[in-house]
Amino acid sequence: MKLKYFSAPYLVWMVVFIVVPLLMIGFFAFTNEDGQFTMKYISDVGQYANIFVRSIWLSLIATAICLVIAYPVAFILSRMEKHKQGTMLMIVMLPMWMNFLLRTYAWMTLLGNNGIINHLLGMVGLGPFKLINTSGAVVLGMVYNYLPFMILPLYSVMEKIDNSMFEAAEDLGCSYFQTLFRVIVPLSVPGITSGITMVFVPAISTFIISRMLGGGSNLLIGDLIEMQFLGNAYNPHLGAAISLVLMVIILVIMTVMNQFDPDDQVLM
Amino acid sequence: MENIVSLKNIIVEFEDGEQILKNISLDIKDKEFVTFLGPSGCGKTTTLRIIAGFLEPKSGDVIFDGKRINDVPPHKRNVNTVFQRYALFPHLNVYENIAFGLRVKKVPEKEIVRRVGEMLELVNLMGYEKRTVNRLSGGQQQRVAIARALVNHPKVLLLDEPLGALDLKLRKEMQIELRKIQQELELTFVYVTHDQEEALTMSDSIVVMNNGSIQQIGSPTDIYNEPVNAFVADFIGESNILNGSMLRDCLVEFNGRQFECVDKGFGKNETVDVVIRPEDVKIVPAASAKLTGIVESVVFKGVHYEMIIDGVDHKWTVHSTKAEAAGTMVGLAFDPFDIHIMKKSEE
Ligand SMILES: Nc1ncnc2c1ncn2[C@@H]1O[C@H](COP(=O)(O)OP(=O)(O)OP(=O)(O)O)[C@@H](O)[C@H]1O
Ligand SMILES: [Mg+2]
Repeated sequence: MKLKYFSAPYLVWMVVFIVVPLLMIGFFAFTNEDGQFTMKYISDVGQYANIFVRSIWLSLIATAICLVIAYPVAFILSRMEKHKQGTMLMIVMLPMWMNFLLRTYAWMTLLGNNGIINHLLGMVGLGPFKLINTSGAVVLGMVYNYLPFMILPLYSVMEKIDNSMFEAAEDLGCSYFQTLFRVIVPLSVPGITSGITMVFVPAISTFIISRMLGGGSNLLIGDLIEMQFLGNAYNPHLGAAISLVLMVIILVIMTVMNQFDPDDQVLM
Repeated sequence: MENIVSLKNIIVEFEDGEQILKNISLDIKDKEFVTFLGPSGCGKTTTLRIIAGFLEPKSGDVIFDGKRINDVPPHKRNVNTVFQRYALFPHLNVYENIAFGLRVKKVPEKEIVRRVGEMLELVNLMGYEKRTVNRLSGGQQQRVAIARALVNHPKVLLLDEPLGALDLKLRKEMQIELRKIQQELELTFVYVTHDQEEALTMSDSIVVMNNGSIQQIGSPTDIYNEPVNAFVADFIGESNILNGSMLRDCLVEFNGRQFECVDKGFGKNETVDVVIRPEDVKIVPAASAKLTGIVESVVFKGVHYEMIIDGVDHKWTVHSTKAEAAGTMVGLAFDPFDIHIMKKSEE
């Protein structure tokens, strides 16, 4: 019974920082300035369908690219000798130690019309290309910032896959690639699903990246929400309504994702 | 009969430079049941890994069906392994684990159903098809591991202590089943165990190993009746091992007494190991015996009694159907042909 008291601080924390804000969002979304119930703002969200579609689309692409890059990286990491893994992991994580804004600013100067990349291309007679303020630049920013969140869960699942799994598969006639697809990929499904979650959720709700790398033309949901609370479009009720819809969308997508995650997975 | 697998001068070293296999040479005949027998850590699993291709020997040749296969990767060798630690696939259920090898080889679905069914029956796991392997007991997992390898009908099946986790009754049943399958399908089995009884009852030939080298290769009767050194004698069944010296052909001295024996060809006064099986020690009246001792303990072992008899220079283990009371003074006697003389092993 006593143990219950130890969880009290955690419960307080949950209530103050999770439950209360959620309730407030719900409240704002369904009321107007006078505090009266209304569905106006929820239905207004429909006007921004194109922004929702763009956000989902760009963050899906970014998540997919992250997965394609992170999977082999995590795999190679997990098969290295144990004492080398720590160092390599640190190198992979290194960019994360830098401030998020700084990292993204760096890309602005790299991609700019007179930026380093166009400058270098110009020297070999190419370009200049329009790199910044494109949706491609936004995706690039997402991939760059969220890649470690894909690598880490993949690595931690793969690292637990015993070498005997490779031997057993090879013994039963699998070439190395067959082993990967018949054994290693299925065994790393839990890492894939949590990696996708950890990249997709922040990517779909990001606002700095699109602002800095996407220019005005690539507004995302995150930007839209930010404008309602802090920007000149000030309208917390609409902002809350958009947030609520976004939350529902994320929940639906995550529920679908989790269908692929075998619940009783125990890795050997 | 032809040799299906030959190892020629195999040496295995791990990073620290320690030799794990010290120049192993061995021929395994086609359709033969060969058992590697030896204490823990002697290199049995390592030898299997060489044959399966998971380990590259530092030097030496691995020959399969007349061809050198050192460079052939495991998946191209017509060999399957029952791993000591099972290595079942946790993402697949029992059925799919067993079917794995057949699916890789793109065997038609109908045949997969038939062969997996056969295997499930054989290892007595009908009704467990849909279970994930994590929800099986150790013994059940071990049986899945056997089925998963055997279903492929490889030319050579490597079994690394495949019955270790089973209870005595199930183990005996599986021993008989495995032997039957091996003979019916005419497969070559390379079987690892450290249970000498299992080795003696199942094998066509036994390879006794110790410390990374082969001590003796022979049929179960050869190994039991003519062990080449004290290690083999001791490992295959209990033995009384004493230091002795060969006075001349057919006369050996141990415990300060001289005994007639049947072994010849040792140097004069060469020190030797004298091996006498517990069941070959006869209990005689103390008055007329060359050696005497006091019965220290008597334990009933089912068919016989095991007595420890303290004769000043050596504690004798004696098996007899007749028990002597503890504390009695008894005499010990041996027939000349029951006294086995062996060269001292190098170590
Ligand atoms: N990867 C490795 N690196 C270093 N030493 C190893 C390695 N694998 C095995 N060894 C050593 O090689 C020796 C032989 O091991 P092996 O697994 O062949 O023994 P075994 O006869 O199968 O024993 P058991 O009956 O206990 O299974 C042991 O001393 C072991 O410590
Ligand atoms: Mg072993």
